[in-house]
Amino acid sequence: MSARKLLMGNEAIAYGAAEAGVKVACAYPGTPSSEVLETLAALSGAKGFYAEWSVNEKVALETAIGASYAGLRALAAMKQVGLNVAADPLMSLAYIGVDGGLVLVVADDPGPHSSQTEQDTRKFARFAKLPVLDPATPEEAFEMTGYAFELSESLGLPVILRPTTRTCHACQDIDLSRAVRPPHRQHSHFEKGSDKVIFPSLSARRHPWLNERQEIAGEKFEDSVFNNLIIAHNSKLGIIACGTGYNYVREALQLTGINASVLKIGTPYPLPGKPVLELFNHAERILVVEEQEPVVEEQVISLAWRNKSSAVICGKHDRLVPREGELNVDQVKSIISKFSFGEAVADNNKATQPPVLPLRTPVLCAGCPHRASFYIFKKAARGTDAVFSGDIGCYTLGAMPPLNAMDACLCMGASITIASGLYRAEPHRRQVAFLGDSTFFHTGVPGLINAVYNQADITLVILDNSTTAMTGYQPHPGTGRTAMGTSAKKIELAGLIKACGVEMVREVDPYDLQEAGKAASEAMNYPGPAVVIMKRICVNLAKKGLSSQINPEKCVDCGSCIEEFGCPAIGRKNGRPEILKNCTGCGVCAQICPAGAIEEVVKEDYES
Amino acid sequence: MMASRALALAAMENGLSVRTSEVIGMAQREGAVTSHVRMGHDLSGAIIPDREADFLLGLELSETVRALPKLKPEGSVIAATSTIIPVSVHLGLAEYNQEALMDYLKKYTGKLSFLALDDLVRRAGHPKTGNVVMLGALATFPGLPFSREQLLTSLLKYVPEKLKAINIRAFEIGCKTMEGA
Ligand code: SF4
Ligand code: SF4
Repeated sequence: MSARKLLMGNEAIAYGAAEAGVKVACAYPGTPSSEVLETLAALSGAKGFYAEWSVNEKVALETAIGASYAGLRALAAMKQVGLNVAADPLMSLAYIGVDGGLVLVVADDPGPHSSQTEQDTRKFARFAKLPVLDPATPEEAFEMTGYAFELSESLGLPVILRPTTRTCHACQDIDLSRAVRPPHRQHSHFEKGSDKVIFPSLSARRHPWLNERQEIAGEKFEDSVFNNLIIAHNSKLGIIACGTGYNYVREALQLTGINASVLKIGTPYPLPGKPVLELFNHAERILVVEEQEPVVEEQVISLAWRNKSSAVICGKHDRLVPREGELNVDQVKSIISKFSFGEAVADNNKATQPPVLPLRTPVLCAGCPHRASFYIFKKAARGTDAVFSGDIGCYTLGAMPPLNAMDACLCMGASITIASGLYRAEPHRRQVAFLGDSTFFHTGVPGLINAVYNQADITLVILDNSTTAMTGYQPHPGTGRTAMGTSAKKIELAGLIKACGVEMVREVDPYDLQEAGKAASEAMNYPGPAVVIMKRICVNLAKKGLSSQINPEKCVDCGSCIEEFGCPAIGRKNGRPEILKNCTGCGVCAQICPAGAIEEVVKEDYES
Repeated sequence: MMASRALALAAMENGLSVRTSEVIGMAQREGAVTSHVRMGHDLSGAIIPDREADFLLGLELSETVRALPKLKPEGSVIAATSTIIPVSVHLGLAEYNQEALMDYLKKYTGKLSFLALDDLVRRAGHPKTGNVVMLGALATFPGLPFSREQLLTSLLKYVPEKLKAINIRAFEIGCKTMEGA
């Protein structure tokens, strides 16, 4: 048996970093990146390094920068929108440079599957003037991670590794023996001096250095194993494929039997010139296949122009390759056919039309405390025309019918600040902001301080379920646990909020509709900022054992539990409301039922 | 997720390369979750193109139909008759026609086996063993790159000690149901 191990892309990145001797790893969770730090935290004990869930991405990157300044290999991981939060330290760090290798893992999410944007981190890297690696497979992600530390040290710059969802969450058999080993020097010592103190004069001096690094990085990539040119001698067609796009091109060529030279690119910025020029020598027409932005394509076009190549270059600029969404083999098959024959090959195998399939959009879990919180505030706001601003987390699903309890949602922490802005525009309208505990620590606190300082009359609802649920239940400063499993000081929300200057703070249990409802009304009527903490652990972390049942004799079929509350554990059987086996026994629907028809029972969980 | 990893591990034991694709994130909140598993030599990406899958294991009826375009014309389907009715249907925003879906599967798939998964899972003794019953059912097909025992062994690597017996039972129930015993 071989020494191959089955790993998910994100696990592979963590193994690559651990093997390369990473000493400090920091992240804020975000799909599709979260398993990188989860795996690192699990490996940290055995391998002897430090891993943390930081409160946000900026904090994560800055912590990693500190470790790198002291000479250690450090890593920060985040999703693409997290990089927006960490943009400030990153842009400046490019001018200062690093000591110990610093790798920034930024997971992109074309589709998008679980994100607000489809932004392309390769473009961000170009903007920040930093090298970026784009793995096509989990195995490549593993190899690139180790290489990225070495590259970072040799260039003196942070290096971005940018996998996409399909690499992050794909599993592959991986040969771990090909790991990059730790550097010889692994001592930590911060050298005092002036080269770490950013002043305009220092930046002015460093900028030419940074620009020169671009050329050096491009040259280093010329012979990189992550770029690979295969010439098809009897074809005048060439395809350049970047990252996961390469998988689709490879398979599409196999399936269609089309013959073309293929240049695989794993280092999209700075794009190495040599292999591209080599391809120009063999191909008259070149197709660039990459997901998201035309990062490689634009560099190829510029290379062609500078080198007076007559190659025709196709891709996104002529709309052959879409600039939005994810690619797949089927789509790339038709793109390549169009590119080679001028038209897509007719697909005469079209599947028959299936019967109407039910919409299955995600909704809050059965028994989710957030559903109760939204229900409570909707009732408290009845007749007021209040605006509900939401935030990023499971609770964004409060926007789904039948709750429809969200009127705006933009980015992490923005519920509070957008509500404050709406208040400036319409001072007489009630403004309610909802965000989760982890999001509050992430970027909510400055917004709350701002609301108090500038006297925005808003109601803030903190949906405190003692975890970061959406991304896989990671701990945060309010949980009293760290990433590495040690216990930590628990930061109490109510105390923190009072210290921010909020005078009205209530902590209630959203499962208790009456008490929580009273607090909701009070907060909404309070002049000045008021906060309600809806405290109840995420139902997926809670102990189960109870379940509810509808007594058909008492049920008057008013439909309230379905049409107003919408718990997915309540359905209809032969037209009558019925509670299903995924009921968690939260008991909230029983408080809504006007006929008292819902009763609690002990769950029959088979024999176990 | 466990099922796809177990399949991948069993194939690896026999010297094959593997790719699986998992769905993580918002879709996990009562949404549809699909895993792709590919095994062989010289693989590319993890996502199976349309009409390239040999097997389709469907744990929920409407989702089985949704995934059908992935199946090869000569591919096999093991479909649970179980349904999970989404909230959209209870609210009257969508419809769920179980009979039409079953008829469609019968009409357009050559090799189709329906499993009364809810009952089988109850017999296995644990509500979360549906995927294991499915693996047991799959293991009875000829031409797989691993033996029944290898698949079970791989599966058990992902199962905590105290749940092993239940999972073995679920796997066997899957095998026996397919063999009509
Ligand atoms: S008790 Fe009612 S509201 Fe709570 S999970 Fe069960 S059915 Fe849903
Ligand atoms: S995981 Fe927790 S927070 Fe998220 S929807 Fe389910 S119960 Fe609610």
